[in-house]
Amino acid sequence: MKMNPGIPLLKVENLHKAFGKTKACHDISFELWPGEVLGIVGESGSGKSTLLRLIAGLLEPDKGTISYQQNSKLITLTDLDEPALRHLQRTEWGFVHQHPSDGLRMNVSAGANIGERLMANNWRHYGNIREKAQHWLKAVEIDPARIDDLPRTFSGGMQQRLQIARNLVTNPNLVFLDEPTGGLDVSVQAKLLDLLRGLVSNLGLSAIMVTHDLAVARLLSTRLIVMKQGEIIEHGLTDQVLEDPQAAYSQLLVSSVLQV
Amino acid sequence: MSEYNFAYLNEQTKKMIRRALLKAVAIPGYQVPFASREMPMPYGWGTGGVQVTASILTPDDILKVIDQGADDTTNAVSIRKFFKKTAAIETTELSEQATIIQTRHRVPETPLREDQILVYQVPIPEPLRFLEPRETETRKMHAYEDYGLMHVKLYEDISQHGHISTTYAYPVMVEGRYVMDPSPTPKFDNPKINNCPALQLFGAGREKRIYALPPYTKVTSLDFEDHPFEVQKWQASCELCGTSGTFLDEVITDDKGGRIFVCSDTDFCRKQQSEKFEEAG
Repeated sequence: MKMNPGIPLLKVENLHKAFGKTKACHDISFELWPGEVLGIVGESGSGKSTLLRLIAGLLEPDKGTISYQQNSKLITLTDLDEPALRHLQRTEWGFVHQHPSDGLRMNVSAGANIGERLMANNWRHYGNIREKAQHWLKAVEIDPARIDDLPRTFSGGMQQRLQIARNLVTNPNLVFLDEPTGGLDVSVQAKLLDLLRGLVSNLGLSAIMVTHDLAVARLLSTRLIVMKQGEIIEHGLTDQVLEDPQAAYSQLLVSSVLQV
Repeated sequence: MSEYNFAYLNEQTKKMIRRALLKAVAIPGYQVPFASREMPMPYGWGTGGVQVTASILTPDDILKVIDQGADDTTNAVSIRKFFKKTAAIETTELSEQATIIQTRHRVPETPLREDQILVYQVPIPEPLRFLEPRETETRKMHAYEDYGLMHVKLYEDISQHGHISTTYAYPVMVEGRYVMDPSPTPKFDNPKINNCPALQLFGAGREKRIYALPPYTKVTSLDFEDHPFEVQKWQASCELCGTSGTFLDEVITDDKGGRIFVCSDTDFCRKQQSEKFEEAG
């Protein structure tokens, strides 16, 4: 899809969300530019997952606006009706959940999981859908011979890669990643990160990734947002934030990374 | 007779169901919620169909009830008896004679006419149920025509069995708008549902839903370009009447592997047999 590099892909302005008395997101503003990977880090309960769900249209904000670049123009997502938003979600966006079982259909085969978005976009040729599914299995390093197997026969890492394939099959412009390496062991994490990095640079994806793992953030993201108690406390280039953290909490976060 | 209100249900209930029916006819394929009543028979025995039939019945109607195409099975016999007792109407086993036909699985082989109504007993009205259990979500999918999931099921059929193995409750698209489950009818009957001169009403008692197809509604069976919709075919023809091209039941005749194929539509089969008998003189 043609994109206007002169305006942001996503623009978040003064976003608020509270759950009762708990302020989950307070006055959040930032921009995401085409081709960028933005990392959101912070401790548990800092509001980073809520922020991701707000932007992805899975939650409704109390206040504030979210704009998204479509056909070289910024459209306001918060004004969009539900069918239009759902269409956006299944064509131009992807959402990779922390737990593969939240993002996959566990009772249909890997091929059907990848094909679902295509069929939702009116693909009606079985052979073509299958070909595309095989292509994407290969792209995420799953043996295409397992196309008819159920996701529950896959390992945790494979399930996560399948979830990524299922999201990327429609060539989305924007992918939301919620702790994509969450439940995986370190060697599998490394492999998945490698794969993600390759996909992001080859496809020119823009992404917003929530993680509490600074190593993951460093490897994948170009810019970093640090959140604490629902507010952005630091915002900058990844290397800059990690090498020279300004806010006290960021300093604590960076210094608390275990060194081996 | 006087112990019951006409056709068992009270007049307010019938009025409520008729309202749901009118809405269903106005929006072909859309599932209209209705306040389903307890009926003097268990769920799964056709409580939805019985309520629809009770609401549209007039004293002059002639009722036929079939279960798996047969007029003489328990379900069919008891529902016929129920309406004979509570509405004192005439019943029949002849498809041509009936003004209302209540059915569990089959569309009669005899073509239906404009002055007839076909009432289906539906167990699960929601075609998306087995892939998406959340009713809140499936309702949105219907509202937004978000039907990709239906093809996921057909895709899964082909990938596991090499062909679309769904043989009954085969999903259809109504007038290019709503995806509908034609109840547990075999897919053999899907072409008969399309462009049918008779009014078709669907009642699901336990699920409290009514939907409808007005006469001559366009109903297409979902499929893939490279795996088009097909109906079942049999090598054999009916052992009793000799007709081929009807929906056949396999019947075991002994414990030595003996089996025959016979028409599932008993009325149609009987008619063919008597025609053959007359020809033979």
